[in-house]
Amino acid sequence: MSFAKEELLAVTIARLIGDARHVAVGAASPIPAMAVYLLREKNGGRPRVSLLQKRSGNPFTEGSRELFDLAGQGRIDVFFLGGAQIDGEANINLVGAEGKRFPGSFGSAYMYFTAGKTILFREEHSPRVLVPKVDFISAPGWSAPGVERRGGPAALLTGKALFLWQRDKRRFLLESVHPGSNAGDVRANTGFDYDAPDAVPATPPPSAAELALLRGPVAKVIAENYPEFARRVWDALAEIRPA
Amino acid sequence: MNLPANETRFLADAAALAREIPNGACIGLPPDYSPVAMEVVRALIRRGAKDLKLLGVPVLGLCADLLIGAGCVREVETSAVTLGEAGLAPRFTDAVEKGTLKVIDATCPMIHTGLQATEKGVPFMPLRGVLGSDLVKHHPDWKTIDNPYAQGDPILLAQAIVPDVALFHARWADEAGNVWVGRRGELATIAHASKACYVSYEEFKKGDMLEDELLAPGCIGSVYVTAVASAPRGAWPLGVPGAYGIDDAHLLHYARLAKTADGFRRYLDEFVFKTVAA
Repeated sequence: MSFAKEELLAVTIARLIGDARHVAVGAASPIPAMAVYLLREKNGGRPRVSLLQKRSGNPFTEGSRELFDLAGQGRIDVFFLGGAQIDGEANINLVGAEGKRFPGSFGSAYMYFTAGKTILFREEHSPRVLVPKVDFISAPGWSAPGVERRGGPAALLTGKALFLWQRDKRRFLLESVHPGSNAGDVRANTGFDYDAPDAVPATPPPSAAELALLRGPVAKVIAENYPEFARRVWDALAEIRPA
Repeated sequence: MNLPANETRFLADAAALAREIPNGACIGLPPDYSPVAMEVVRALIRRGAKDLKLLGVPVLGLCADLLIGAGCVREVETSAVTLGEAGLAPRFTDAVEKGTLKVIDATCPMIHTGLQATEKGVPFMPLRGVLGSDLVKHHPDWKTIDNPYAQGDPILLAQAIVPDVALFHARWADEAGNVWVGRRGELATIAHASKACYVSYEEFKKGDMLEDELLAPGCIGSVYVTAVASAPRGAWPLGVPGAYGIDDAHLLHYARLAKTADGFRRYLDEFVFKTVAA
């Protein structure tokens, strides 16, 4: 069965979220939002999702400040962060690199500490994104003993592969490689060192049931809140779907 | 420091609000999903405002990109500048990469916390997290201390932030000078912490909204509001929740044009210097 890259990424994120009670989705994260709404369709409305930029029925009545207060209180189990650069110690840089300016750090320096776990997500998988050491630490992947920290990285998902974070070793472990790539391709396109098993499994594809949910009820919510993204994915889908 | 107990003034229009905001002022502004006083921003550009410092509460979007591109801005403190789905903010990005704009990078809850300190009239407030971020090294007003109630527990302090001006758009203003912003709590935080607060509004309501139990919780009381002015569709091309949505197509059009200085100039000519009926 054919599927869009975004659909594979969404079902992979859904597995990573697991049985969380409350997942928050920050600025411009349509694929993580797809993942959470997919889970809700599968699990009878669980987990709770707070979409920061939800256009209608926004979950917060105290503005964006409330997202951070919820996280500080331990009421958010899963959050998502990306990075202009991400390094092998799970530090992320959202400010800029190589003379290029990016939007900025958003709430990353706080949410990375306070959300129960953070899934790092960046579609581009290249040596310029996955670097040995970030040029600027927007949010650190780990903290010295004595620094209060509830959460941290759980995994790094890219357009080529899924890595799990090994907290005790402070290193990523290659968990699976997406269709179209292979272990050698991932190694060649990753600027940092990481652990890998001898045989790297393929990332499981979406099932027919998952695809039906993604293209039905999930697509509807996504189109309301991420219209540009929805147009892009749906146009691509129209091309791969048999007429 | 004393902040004023205001008696709200009613001004003629967005241009009159823009005239009250002096060159060099530090202006606290909301993100694109929270009603932005876009018509006042356009009036600031028309009047040739200079040397503004923009404070993103906690991030900035179209209004900042317009003001930066038009040469009104000296400095920005924010957690991000973004056009959301329309991508990078092109004039901000260009100015930073060329070194013509000073940026103080922050993280969202530190900005909220600095404003909340001012709300309470205290000099600073602590916040968890953030330690080990390079933001701490570069930010001039953040300090780490040891938690005085525990041992070996470092914690970060946000210095109280006092913007000269709070500027935003409200769904309603009433005869008493109250403004209604609904669930957009960050707008109340900016209003509470600023020396002056200017609000453009969508529609005027007779009477006093604080007399209405259902409307009162979404209000910012007139004691915080320096002046208001009518600006119907004044947030366009951004939205006012419950009234009209974001004009996504216009944002994409802007993002495309503003990629070049020349395209940006054409955008200003068409949508800022010409009076626009949206």
